[in-house]
Amino acid sequence: MEQLLQQYDTVAQNKVINWFKAGLTSDFPANSGVCIKYKSKQIAVYNFRRVNQWYACQNLCPHKMEMVLSRGMIGDLSGIPKVACPLHKKTFSLESGESLCGDQLKLATYPVKIENENVYIGFVD
Amino acid sequence: MKKLIVIGNGMVGYKYCEKLVNSNRSDEFEITVFGEESRPAYDRVHLSEYMSEKSAEQLLLAPTNWYKENNITLHTSSLVSQVDPQNKQITTYKNEIFQYDSLVFATGSSAFIPPINGLEKKGVFVYRTLEDLDAIKSYANQLKKQGRNEAVVLGGGLLGLEAANAAKALGLNTHVVEFAPRLMPRQLDKAGSNLLVSKIQELGIEVLLEKSTKTILGDSSINGLEFSDESQLKSDILIISAGIRPRDELAKAAGITVGERGGIQVDEKMQTSEKDVYAIGEVALYNQSIYGLVAPGYDMAKVAVAQLLQEYETTMDAHIDLSTQLKLIGTEVGSFGNPFISDHSVSVITYENKLKGIYKRINVSKDGHKLYGGILVGDTSDYNTLFQLYNNSMKLPENPEDLILGSRGSNTGSAGNILELPDTAQVCSCESVNKGQICGLVEDGSCNSLSEVIDKTKATTGCEGCKPMVSELVEVTLKSLGKQVKKDICEHFSFNRQELYDLIKINKVTTFEQAIELFGSGSGCETCKPLLASLFSSIYMETANKQVEIQDSNDRFLANIQRNGTYSVVPRVAGGEITPEKLISLGEVAQKFNLYTKITGGQRIDMFGAQLHELPLIWEELIEAGFESGHAYGKSLRTVKSCVGSTWCRFGMHESVSFAIEIENRYRGLRSPHKLKGGVSGCIRECAEARGKDFGLIAVEGGWNLYVCGNGGANPKHAILLAEQLDEQTCIKYLDRFLMYYIRTAAPLMRTAAWLEKLDGGIDYLKKVVIEDSLSLATELEQEMQSLVNRYQCEWKQAIEDPQMIKRFKHFVNSDQSDDNLSFVPLRDQKMPRAWR
Ligand code: SRM
Ligand SMILES: Cc1cc2nc3c(=O)[nH]c(=O)nc-3n(C[C@H](O)[C@H](O)[C@H](O)COP(=O)(O)OP(=O)(O)OC[C@H]3O[C@@H](n4cnc5c(N)ncnc54)[C@H](O)[C@@H]3O)c2cc1C
Ligand code: SF4
Ligand code: FES
Repeated sequence: MEQLLQQYDTVAQNKVINWFKAGLTSDFPANSGVCIKYKSKQIAVYNFRRVNQWYACQNLCPHKMEMVLSRGMIGDLSGIPKVACPLHKKTFSLESGESLCGDQLKLATYPVKIENENVYIGFVD
Repeated sequence: MKKLIVIGNGMVGYKYCEKLVNSNRSDEFEITVFGEESRPAYDRVHLSEYMSEKSAEQLLLAPTNWYKENNITLHTSSLVSQVDPQNKQITTYKNEIFQYDSLVFATGSSAFIPPINGLEKKGVFVYRTLEDLDAIKSYANQLKKQGRNEAVVLGGGLLGLEAANAAKALGLNTHVVEFAPRLMPRQLDKAGSNLLVSKIQELGIEVLLEKSTKTILGDSSINGLEFSDESQLKSDILIISAGIRPRDELAKAAGITVGERGGIQVDEKMQTSEKDVYAIGEVALYNQSIYGLVAPGYDMAKVAVAQLLQEYETTMDAHIDLSTQLKLIGTEVGSFGNPFISDHSVSVITYENKLKGIYKRINVSKDGHKLYGGILVGDTSDYNTLFQLYNNSMKLPENPEDLILGSRGSNTGSAGNILELPDTAQVCSCESVNKGQICGLVEDGSCNSLSEVIDKTKATTGCEGCKPMVSELVEVTLKSLGKQVKKDICEHFSFNRQELYDLIKINKVTTFEQAIELFGSGSGCETCKPLLASLFSSIYMETANKQVEIQDSNDRFLANIQRNGTYSVVPRVAGGEITPEKLISLGEVAQKFNLYTKITGGQRIDMFGAQLHELPLIWEELIEAGFESGHAYGKSLRTVKSCVGSTWCRFGMHESVSFAIEIENRYRGLRSPHKLKGGVSGCIRECAEARGKDFGLIAVEGGWNLYVCGNGGANPKHAILLAEQLDEQTCIKYLDRFLMYYIRTAAPLMRTAAWLEKLDGGIDYLKKVVIEDSLSLATELEQEMQSLVNRYQCEWKQAIEDPQMIKRFKHFVNSDQSDDNLSFVPLRDQKMPRAWR
């Protein structure tokens, strides 16, 4: 379980080594999430059209270690963009990855950039 | 600055810090806390939830950074090994020395271990800390792998029963062994205990009374117990829960006075024999007793903080209440005041119903004016009321027996109005919050909702037993002030569901985006999005394919997500009637996709373990075979259960299967505030359990009786008779009106039973609306329902026919691979998800 989690570390925008092309913007439905595969990682990507932002985080829910977060619903808590896990509705900030339910769980987040209708996710590997 | 040291960071030690911080005078002290356990204080009362749903983090009373933020230095994993009151210093196990001006013992207690031979054997545990539970869990798992699963819990008190429940939940075959002739000997009399024994045995836990354990058998690990009567019992694991022993060892060694049978002696100021040294919680011996409950511990914390702050008038009450409710064991037990008292000045009133498994006892003064205490087993719904009457020495109703029998012949509750309680009535005993405080905060406008009251007072955050009462007090007070009890759905919409329903309909709003622009703010969330999705569907009969992004995860993929992220598939089998051909096709599909199959409680077949990308493929075949969506994933009509009725059954009065199919097909796809279930029985033997459903029909001489607002599930309720001897057409007319009225007015996620309970005027009012058309709405309701019925479409058919829609059923957008994190293990002749990691 630790091994699974250890694959996922937050990547800061200025540390990105590899901008991975995940697809065309049109592959990513508005105001919801999808999952992409990068090497052995599963990354959830959200096209938060309502606020014109894109977010990416691990697809693995740290609560029960299932690959489900891309299927969670997005929204905001007092302006903080968030995702709710479809299994037990734990919510996480899409900006910091931190749990918004008062527990210690945390998600790794990844930078996203859009260029010429292409969606890129930033990695350090 | 004065130095304050607290030894022990358990529930009461934490509460002490919290009260000090809340006094706003904590900056007068340099506060250092030592806790032996590896984690900061957690909620021991809810420890058993760690066995099932809660993580250690969720049980923490405050996160680690709380201590830092409030300038409290917390040393976890730090046992204090010596206290030296002469030099006002303590020593830790690492030989570090710290000075203090004031010292607080909050060292709690440890499990009492009775003298038995063989305690050193492997497989013997106590039940007190998170570490204990971890150890029990992992030992139980090892045992199960070896095919061993006999568990014994020593002690049939409150904690022992809780431990037994936990052992049972771990899949162990569990026995409870009690020395006394009764279970919960401190709380129950013989009759109450007898009933509890039979209830617990029904849960599959064996009970042995009057057994004194002599020896733990086995070589290096336990394999059995021997009792003093020489009988033996097989046991692979033993959990000892035979009482508590105050942890007074430090104090004793330091020359501080302790009681003969343990516990640090304190006075009403929580002061020990040593100046500036206090003791609180389970280690404190007050009035010759140790109190193994949080509520008195929290009171002690309050007093000790006040004394530290030189508010000398705050002292401990002489009388300490030990009323308790047992939680978690699957049966209700409560005991308050003096449950046993039975001398000549007392009348004991008891009520026993063995069939229903209820026993109630109250001890009332001979003149019938005063309640001394009592016992409730099997039904504790009157606990709060009785406890208040007792605790406030309130005058009892004319016939005190009404308190436990209900006042026969009239509809009004027996114990009177909640507002009649005196202001000093303690409502939340864990946090000692009284009625006056709660109502006061609402009256002076500081709080406008239950959650604000909870935030301010912390009421309900302990054992939660007082929650119904606090919530009622808030609601009644708000109402008495003429304030509406606002039930905003979430931070994005300051409306309730009914208001939004009307707004959307009147303004002809058709999308979530429009709705949030017009009536809301922010971006929405997992509460308002599915709620609006449901409203759009109830108003326009749109399927979940239209606004995919606001559907709850299950509706978004038209299937129920399972514990490993795969899905279950449940096609509709209206009325439970299915042809052999269709059964065969279901079998073939399940076989082809390797799905686990099971007959559901709703008379249909569930196929589990389908991956996201397989869903459309599976449905293509099912639709080909003549199936349609069963909406098992939606807050919508589920099933209309039937019995065979007059077609086959020798007692059947009418054709219940045909009617059930007709009704199920009429309302299929209908989305509602919560799920809807129906039942149709062919005679009063009621084999379709129609009265356990949101609506039920039972065939009688001359037609059908229509029952509404029943519920199975967490709070079972029998449906109530709405109308008798109806013909089929009238049944449907009334059902249309009833369902549509419910859809319009219920709160989100409120089943019909709960809705009726909240409906002013209850069933009589509902009868007026549905039968007499008192609101002149009947035609409108019927027309609305008919138009929804006319617009029904199978959303799975819609989805697989549209290549655009089908795109969402893919695990990765950038790859055709499937989820590599999935794995299954064999289960009998099928499969199941591997356990959670
Ligand atoms: C499959 C089934 C159990 C079974 O193997 O038999 C089942 C399975 C679930 N039930 Fe149920 N219930 C099933 C019949 C029932 C029944 C019996 C019945 O319908 O006659 C009841 C009691 C009757 C009632 O609802 O009043 C029942 C009362 C519940 C409740 C409690 C509702 C309540 O008001 O207290 C929940 C929780 C909820 O809905 O909030 C629930 C929730 C669930 C969920 C949806 C939990 C979840 O969110 O995952 C389960 C989904 C299983 C799945 O993914 O397919 N299920 N559930 C049954 C499916 C029937 C069907 O064909 O559609
Ligand atoms: C399973 C279970 C269920 C319960 N259910 C209920 C219930 O429903 N209702 C109810 O009212 N009560 C219940 N209780 C009892 C309740 O948990 C206790 O009354 C409460 O925890 C007492 O708080 P405390 O701070 O005095 O002791 P504790 O919570 O035991 O805390 C004492 C702490 O001090 C530490 N300590 C001891 N000695 C030292 C030392 N020398 N140096 C450093 N640290 C030390 C201990 O490790 C411990 O962490 C339950 C208890 C259990 C175990
Ligand atoms: S309710 Fe029972 S007895 Fe009556 S018709 Fe149905 S199956 Fe027969
Ligand atoms: S698995 Fe995500 S919240 Fe439980």
